Amino acid sequence: MLELKNICFERDNKKILDNINLKIETDKFIAITGPNGSGKSTLAKIIMGIEKPDSGKIIFNNKDITKMPIDKRAKLGIGFAFQQPVKFKGITVYDLLKIASRKEINKIEACNTLSKVGLCAKEYVDREVNSSLSGGELKRIEIATVALRESKLTIFDEPEAGIDLWSFNNLIDVFENMRNIIKGTTIIISHQEKILNIADKIILMRNGKIEQIGDAKEVLENVEAKKECCRLNRQEK
Amino acid sequence: MEDINKIDENLLNEISNVEEIKKGAYNIRKNGKGIERQITENVNIETKKDKPGINIYVKENTKFEFIHIPVIITESGIKDLVYNDFYIGKNANVIIVAGCGIHNEHHKDSEHNGIHRFFLEEGAKVKYIEKHYGEGKGTGKRILNPVTEVELKPGSSLEMESVQIKGVDSTIRQTKGKLEADTNFVVSEKIMTHGKQVAKTEFEVELNGENASTHVTSRSVAVENSKQEFVSKIYGNTKCFAHVECDAIIKDKGTVKAIPEITANNVDANLIHEAAIGKIAGEQLIKLMTLGLTEKEAEEEIINGFLR
Repeated sequence: MLELKNICFERDNKKILDNINLKIETDKFIAITGPNGSGKSTLAKIIMGIEKPDSGKIIFNNKDITKMPIDKRAKLGIGFAFQQPVKFKGITVYDLLKIASRKEINKIEACNTLSKVGLCAKEYVDREVNSSLSGGELKRIEIATVALRESKLTIFDEPEAGIDLWSFNNLIDVFENMRNIIKGTTIIISHQEKILNIADKIILMRNGKIEQIGDAKEVLENVEAKKECCRLNRQEK
Repeated sequence: MEDINKIDENLLNEISNVEEIKKGAYNIRKNGKGIERQITENVNIETKKDKPGINIYVKENTKFEFIHIPVIITESGIKDLVYNDFYIGKNANVIIVAGCGIHNEHHKDSEHNGIHRFFLEEGAKVKYIEKHYGEGKGTGKRILNPVTEVELKPGSSLEMESVQIKGVDSTIRQTKGKLEADTNFVVSEKIMTHGKQVAKTEFEVELNGENASTHVTSRSVAVENSKQEFVSKIYGNTKCFAHVECDAIIKDKGTVKAIPEITANNVDANLIHEAAIGKIAGEQLIKLMTLGLTEKEAEEEIINGFLR
């Protein structure tokens, strides 16, 4: 469903993505992992259109979307959950969920979606999406907005980043349940073993290149990948 | 309401709601003259004898009544000046809706200067909503200069909400407060200007009694070539608390100037001023675009939310 052909992205004379070639199949749960600075987030942003590659092509469901703006990609069926959920002034959780949904939704439906991501819906639906919400709450709301889009492809950029371990442990239930919440293909950038364990396929990146692609077992058994993952886990703790 | 035609009704609905107005005490002023009035058992409205305007008297212990005092101007070239004084009795609790709608189809300027004074007795509670609106294709300017003066006796509180979203070419808004002990004065102001519109807002609050507090929040959007200025002067003369927040979005060649002036004349005065001016954050636009909105739609959502 998604094909990246010879994607290159360079900033300040540094090759952030160095000739990436990748094919992603329909209805798979793909994890991208690798050390910080390996180009994972940039790759995710390039798929969504937030960054544009210097060269290469992005094909989505047989359509060349390389030059397509973000909103058109969203309408084609690509969703994106931000590493740092964006805060607003005056826009409520319900407003955001209404914008996210492709069809009209009422408060009950919005509340149902919030409950699925583990938020006590009544307390949140009318709150503003601002700094009064904690990192963990914002993450859950972010997941709720992308879940409602029912995208063909949903990308999560390091959902564990920026939240404390306690909130993450709670959030992990949501991700374990992800296949019920998110429809279609999921690409999730993560360092967390718990998330990597539930992936159909893991892509290991290093220095802007794909080092290894394989099923979860295969890659996790790769000693280096596992070491990397554990080291990064420790670092984050 | 034979003096009220379709244009009047539209204007009234923009600043209030015709159906709602008739439920309680009201006074409708059109083109410089009072045209309709209703009083209730607890709310009396009298025409001033020495100058244009009305006195509104609310009996003590009045509970949850609405008072509407809308002003509409439909004739081009009218310069209306009105003084409205509100006397709110002890422990009364009322909601007052004021506002001015100007429809100007011609080349002469239409102007309304409303001077509203509020005198709250002990324990009184008022919510004051003020909405300003201008419409019409004429080249004549639509000018509104509201003045609000508030005097709060111990234990009373006033919450003021003012909104000016559309069509007012020039405005100077002045709000003054004198607060005695255990009082609370909350002001929330929303302004959007476009074209060559100019808006200036001045707040001056004196916190004179112990435990007096004020919260002033201004959210504004200045687009195209419009200009806005926000001045707030807060004097903490005793043990008191003040929080002033000016938050503005600018676009195109719009400009916003925020001038804070907080003076603590007592060691127990706790005064805070925050101001943030900037364009719409790029990440907010990107987030909404990932949800399928175009850049323009995303911008509208962000501004509408901000001014809600």
